[in-house]
Amino acid sequence: MRTVAVVGASLAGLRAVEELRAQGFDGRVAVVGEEPHRPYDRPPLSKAYLAGTCSPESLRLADDADTDELAAEWHLGVRADSLDPATRSVRLSNGEEITADGIIIATGGRARPLLGAEGLSGVHTVRTLDDAAALRADLENSTGGVVVIGAGWIGAEVASTCHTLGRQVTIVEAGLTPLARVLGPTMGRICAALHSDHGVALRTGVGVQSLTSTGFGPWKRVTGVDLADGTHLPADVVVVGIGMLPNTEWLAGSGVAVDNGVLCDAGCVTAFPSVVAVGDVARYQGPDGPVRHEHWTNASEQPAVAVRNLLAGTTIQEYRPSGYFWSQQYGTRLQVAGHPGDADEVAVVDGSPDDRVFVAEYRRQGLPVGVLAMNNPKLFGRLRRQLRAAVAI
Amino acid sequence: MIPACAVADLSEGEAIRIPGEVPIAVFNVGGEIYAIDDTCSHQDASLSEGWLEGCFVECPLHAASFDLRTGMPTGAPAKKPVRTHRVVIKDGVIHVVPQNQEAVV
Repeated sequence: MRTVAVVGASLAGLRAVEELRAQGFDGRVAVVGEEPHRPYDRPPLSKAYLAGTCSPESLRLADDADTDELAAEWHLGVRADSLDPATRSVRLSNGEEITADGIIIATGGRARPLLGAEGLSGVHTVRTLDDAAALRADLENSTGGVVVIGAGWIGAEVASTCHTLGRQVTIVEAGLTPLARVLGPTMGRICAALHSDHGVALRTGVGVQSLTSTGFGPWKRVTGVDLADGTHLPADVVVVGIGMLPNTEWLAGSGVAVDNGVLCDAGCVTAFPSVVAVGDVARYQGPDGPVRHEHWTNASEQPAVAVRNLLAGTTIQEYRPSGYFWSQQYGTRLQVAGHPGDADEVAVVDGSPDDRVFVAEYRRQGLPVGVLAMNNPKLFGRLRRQLRAAVAI
Repeated sequence: MIPACAVADLSEGEAIRIPGEVPIAVFNVGGEIYAIDDTCSHQDASLSEGWLEGCFVECPLHAASFDLRTGMPTGAPAKKPVRTHRVVIKDGVIHVVPQNQEAVV
């Protein structure tokens, strides 16, 4: 293998390059990134960066010295438009073509847009640095209400940050209980209570009917949100946090199987041994079927396995996700590990949800499968390790 | 010199946090006392709440690991070291000499 193309220059893409070098690949590495920025860290975008307490420079995942050491070619600000399976070449949006012996797909995803919000200023998603910068600028130049659509992790964090910035915030969630799909209804309710603790209004079980606006053409700006129950919520700024769509369109016609992500085996290898997928876009074969993770730890850990298999030319190692992710809202730290499901039995094993300091364990058929901690990192660290040791997940 | 706690109050494998403008974490590793900056150099998290393994503490948030003897990170995601501080034990009490105050003490 002489050339590897890494398509995607975020955390998973960067880790893939680092792993290629760490695992002894000394050939050419070409990295393609749609954004003009060098790889940066996304978790602070909805928190410290949005609050204005950290600079874009501090988000960089690799400084110049690290990047030099990797000796990769960076094609930034260009998109991969297609992959030709016969010649294994990636065609770029600037007309260039990169032919490679191995291809690492790390194209992640894009924020799922709210239908009807196209071209409306004051409406934001938070996925990229530019998204977060635009939202931050808009928050600096307005004073009215903020409506956050979607009470998942991003929505909750953005609501918390806007609250910290002194804004009147309302969150709208179509589901009855926020985060129920991930944490189950009991813990979903407990986590969602953080909003009301801080005077942030949470409207659940109601969908968004439409956005109201003023002006026309490029001056058209959001003025509020109409809910399905007839309520009107006035807003200067609306943030849409309703999930993401994996970036796989460029693979059409390539022969790489795509279904809500790039389908790959338990070792992140596609039907082509020379094509692997990592990060948010990778839908690998888990014990219970194909699964995709949209979090930092997965993007950080998966490339080691994918690169090993790519260099070996076959799947010699399977990916075992730790399932670890965290969130920070209203000064409260939430940490999750393992694979909790909404049907699992949940037991608080330390502290109390009423005090907002506790650890809960998720059990399936009596066996621990997941752990959730609120403001209790020390015990969480211990249980997370026990969980990892106990179950071959 | 900042008093941390009585030697007897910090058992092996435990850590305490001295609050302040720059909080400091004090660890007892098999009877050896170490002091480093409490805040992870990667992102805001308290190392005193981290996982202690030998002379290394793992950040409770992103698993960056630091050598308590040198403050150096062992790898990603942390890049910058944390400061280490001198520890003085006097009359059964652990004291920390913050590094930037060394000169004046």
